[in-house]
Amino acid sequence: MTFQAPSLEYGALAPMLVIFGAAVIAVIVEAFISAKHRSAIQLAIALGAVVLSFAQVLNLRGTATATAATNSVVVDGPVLFMQGTILVLAFFAFLLLADTDAFAAQASAIPGSSEERVALQTGKIQTEIYPLTLFAVGGMMLFPAANDLITLFVALEVLSLPLYLMAGLSRRRRLLSQEAALKYFLLGAYSSAFFLFGAAFLYGYAGDVSLSSIGAAVNGGGTNEAFLLIGMISLSVGLLFKVGAAPFHAWTPDVYQGAPTPVTAFMAAATKVAAFGAMLRIFYVALGGAVWTWKPLITAVAILTMVVGSVIAIAQRDVKRMLAYSSIAHAGFLLTGVLALSQEGLESALFYLATYGFSTLGAFALVTLVRDSSGEVTDLNRWVGLAKRSPGVALLFATFLLSFAGIPLTAGFIGKFTIFTAAYDSGNIAVVVAGVLSSAIAAFFYIRVIVMMFFTDAQDDTVTVTIPSLYTNLTIWIAAIATIVLGVFPAPLLDAIASLAVFVR
Amino acid sequence: MNPTNYLYLSAILFSIGAVGVVVRRNAIVVFMCIELMLNAANLAFVTFAKMNGNLEGQVIAFFTMVVAACEVVVGLAIIVTIFRSRRSASVDDASLLSR
Repeated sequence: MTFQAPSLEYGALAPMLVIFGAAVIAVIVEAFISAKHRSAIQLAIALGAVVLSFAQVLNLRGTATATAATNSVVVDGPVLFMQGTILVLAFFAFLLLADTDAFAAQASAIPGSSEERVALQTGKIQTEIYPLTLFAVGGMMLFPAANDLITLFVALEVLSLPLYLMAGLSRRRRLLSQEAALKYFLLGAYSSAFFLFGAAFLYGYAGDVSLSSIGAAVNGGGTNEAFLLIGMISLSVGLLFKVGAAPFHAWTPDVYQGAPTPVTAFMAAATKVAAFGAMLRIFYVALGGAVWTWKPLITAVAILTMVVGSVIAIAQRDVKRMLAYSSIAHAGFLLTGVLALSQEGLESALFYLATYGFSTLGAFALVTLVRDSSGEVTDLNRWVGLAKRSPGVALLFATFLLSFAGIPLTAGFIGKFTIFTAAYDSGNIAVVVAGVLSSAIAAFFYIRVIVMMFFTDAQDDTVTVTIPSLYTNLTIWIAAIATIVLGVFPAPLLDAIASLAVFVR
Repeated sequence: MNPTNYLYLSAILFSIGAVGVVVRRNAIVVFMCIELMLNAANLAFVTFAKMNGNLEGQVIAFFTMVVAACEVVVGLAIIVTIFRSRRSASVDDASLLSR
């Protein structure tokens, strides 16, 4: 028996290979370089890899779309756009990760133990956050590019497993952080099992693992409709969990609150891009023919998600939890783009993901600046009157909140406008009405925070706003500029997406 | 033997795991239930490979085993860390958040 070596198109895979290669190198650096120099070297490797990988993505932009690695990875316009977006977000996320002293010196040490104190005092600080993030970035780039069920599942795990660990690495409030990691891990693994079970039944239905042959089987009538139904529902549960859609959203606020804020920024912004990328591909390419079966279900989930996210956010007293519920509501808005099942829907979802990613990154970066003696202050009541103390921070935070709310002249408005237009054109009026109504509810609590910051006198003097370092400053300003520029001149990006956004089937 | 029976078995194992995750309190047991669900999915893959007459399902089963092993490493690391700082692996005790 002879084996034929599979043909690997290294050119098309280069963006991901660079990231995975750098992640492996970063693990070796972690083991062999002394603690004094490690942090700087790790940051250089990470940023270098992201820039190199982004150059590869730009390089691939002009070439014809292609499948790679014997049809298990597809490199087409939407994939390149999402990989580019993830890389840009990762670049600024790395700057945030590098800047703060947010991470535990030794994650294995018991909180409050002498071991922990000694590690901090002697500067024996581990920097495993860099390789972990690089692996997560690689998984995120592979997830929307995956073209068969094996690759989808492996990519899902490669992006999730590092994130579970990263959630537990906070230096302060370590019990909360570990608890967030435990919850994220158990619920994430639970949803992965659903995803895998769904994949098994889709494979049973189509007799093949590639998304295009599942699509062909759905259009041509496969073996057993029950398999399709079980597969579709289980797979959707797994995906909806990852994007944080109701009723699978319960982990989101806890994990966003407990995880170190730079990690929250990264996972809120980049995981959404990756998960929605994969979701769009699965629903457009593989399950597009069965639209009448899944449409009612996903419509209900989308409406529920928007309403739950917007309404519960009103009651939140913690900034990070409020932003978490806001991210749930945004997952609902993005689902309307999936539901549209049209070229327009795909384009608007891609635009929305890019703008949402930037605003989220900026908002969480600002949360790291507001502190007291014990660390970050996330209690909203203590943010009262922040504008008097630091008008700049309050103004920037207000910009991001207005973008989340979808106020004109911000990127969020254009995102919401295009995605609701796409949903309306596809004839899905119910979801548009629910979307607009919950946007109005959401605007209420965003504006309430702005009023608290600007028009109420401060009562708490212990809260200070730290002067941001160069890295954090850069991240915040780039995010703010992107939010405004994409709101005022969205045309270049929209045109670029329109010229790219065709899925290879 | 009719391969459909294996699918029923797989569905039953998956359901036991899914219910176990919800009702059990110990993080380790919850985790074992998740492993049971993954293995149920594996059984379904292998059965479908037999029914469809190709090997892809069996290949996926191998991939799943590797991924499950990675998940054990990460999962036990997290559970052991939390046990060391709290002296308890109960998922009910982990309720500091959401207050």
